[in-house]
Amino acid sequence: MAYSDKVVDHFEHPRNVGTLDKNSANVGTGVVGAPECGDVMKLQIQVDENDRIVDAKFKTFGCGSAIASSSLATEWVKGKTVDEAGQIKNTDIVKELALPPVKIHCSVLAEDAIRAAIRDLRQKQGAPGDKTAVAAK
Amino acid sequence: MSIVYLDNNATTPLDPRVLDAMLPYLRDKFGNAASRSHAFGWEAENAVEQAREQVAALIGASAKEIIFTSGATESDNIAVKGVAHMYHDKGNHIIIQETEHKAVIDPAKYLEQNGFEVTVLGVDKYGMVRMDELAGAIKDNTTLVSIMFANNETGTIQPVAEIGKLCKERGVLFHTDAAQAVGKVPIDVEAMGIDLLSVSGHKMYGPKGIGALYVRRKKPRVRCEPVIHGGGHERGMRSGTLNVPAIVGLGTACALAQAEMPEESKRVTALRDRLWEGLSKNLTEIALNGHPEKRLPTTVNVSFLYVEGESLMMGFNDIAVSSGSACTSASLEPSYVLKALGVGDELAHSSIRFSLGRFTTEADVDYTVKRVSDAVNHLRKMSPLYEMALEGIDITKVQWAHH
Ligand SMILES: Cc1ncc(COP(=O)(O)O)c(C=O)c1O
Repeated sequence: MAYSDKVVDHFEHPRNVGTLDKNSANVGTGVVGAPECGDVMKLQIQVDENDRIVDAKFKTFGCGSAIASSSLATEWVKGKTVDEAGQIKNTDIVKELALPPVKIHCSVLAEDAIRAAIRDLRQKQGAPGDKTAVAAK
Repeated sequence: MSIVYLDNNATTPLDPRVLDAMLPYLRDKFGNAASRSHAFGWEAENAVEQAREQVAALIGASAKEIIFTSGATESDNIAVKGVAHMYHDKGNHIIIQETEHKAVIDPAKYLEQNGFEVTVLGVDKYGMVRMDELAGAIKDNTTLVSIMFANNETGTIQPVAEIGKLCKERGVLFHTDAAQAVGKVPIDVEAMGIDLLSVSGHKMYGPKGIGALYVRRKKPRVRCEPVIHGGGHERGMRSGTLNVPAIVGLGTACALAQAEMPEESKRVTALRDRLWEGLSKNLTEIALNGHPEKRLPTTVNVSFLYVEGESLMMGFNDIAVSSGSACTSASLEPSYVLKALGVGDELAHSSIRFSLGRFTTEADVDYTVKRVSDAVNHLRKMSPLYEMALEGIDITKVQWAHH
């Protein structure tokens, strides 16, 4: 199976690999997937007082497409408000990375990871209305 | 970009000496080996009979016991279905084991759907059949035990001689799929009590689309119903005009393997061990899958914990290997062979099979050790599982959201 140039680029030069302080009040952490299924993504966002995402980090166990999807997701969420980030769709990731049908689940996982991070942040902020529930899988 | 080829269990390159032997039969010597009336036919027949001798010699058989087929898949089909059907009056039970190639598993399943009884034995953590379980599974109505010689994914070599002895004692026939073993380790069908044995050309530097089945002729005389019916070639067990150039190729490949095995086996085993030792020196938390010693000289199957196999292969894209990870297989399931050994799904996803061969050099191995180590380190920096492990979290105890 050949990978698109964009997947290869994210794989070889992943953006925003790393870890933010998960105990910090303005950091949201999402961990999705399972090792038995062959992919686990951790995505973290850090917001400023205006609810704007100022930093994002990821770590991913998974195939090249999973790594590229999460790397791209961190790039895209940075600079967006949390609500804007919540609008990112897996189909946008599929299009940007030219993922083949067998790799669509990688993009779904990246979308889930963004939402899980947002949910974690909202929980910390004590917001009761959790508008960004993770889609049931 | 030159690519280091470490996927010899998938297929081997054609040895140039094999190609040279084949070429005349693709040009002027085009006769049909069944043409008894002229020199073209005699020439082809002589070539086929010489190849038959060469295949037989490599496994301690006599030439009359060798049937040419299209490959190990067909040989396995003839052995499993052909024996089951031929001896149906005597019994309808056959025994295989879990880590067989699909070319044995699927014919056995087919028989099961058609009224036969099939026992599938489990294996121990090295992929070895447990002899006491096998002994316990053989019943009065058992006609065939089919257990592979060496496994394609892990390289684990079964106690074939012991199995042969047990089958003799209990009066059941013993077939072994030796596609990965022929030409790599010594085989003697007499000493090992083997009744049927499958050979594949393209796993031993011969051409693709050719194989052989050894069918014992004495003590006992084994008979098989054909899978392909027709003109009655190959003692009626496999009809169809013989593929003379490929048969010459297979024969030559067998002769070369036999002549070179003593030295070649030592050389490749040393490379295999050099690869494993190199990786063990550079990396922590890696695990060898399969038997530590009773293993093909060619095969090193390793799980690199916390790193997924497909991404790992992407990290060294100038080295050709294969992975037990789901992402690379058509079924999207991790390797059933590794699962049978009790290797967890997450470790199966992290596995890479390196299979060495005749054309692998020490430089290839050293380059591979370096590239793989770098890729594993690169990916572990990105791995949330590695991070958790460093924090002392047991990832098997985490409640994962399954999808
Ligand atoms: C153990 C084993 N049996 C059977 C086969 C099938 O062989 P062939 O490709 O000659 O049909 C293979 C090769 O994939 C194998 O490794």
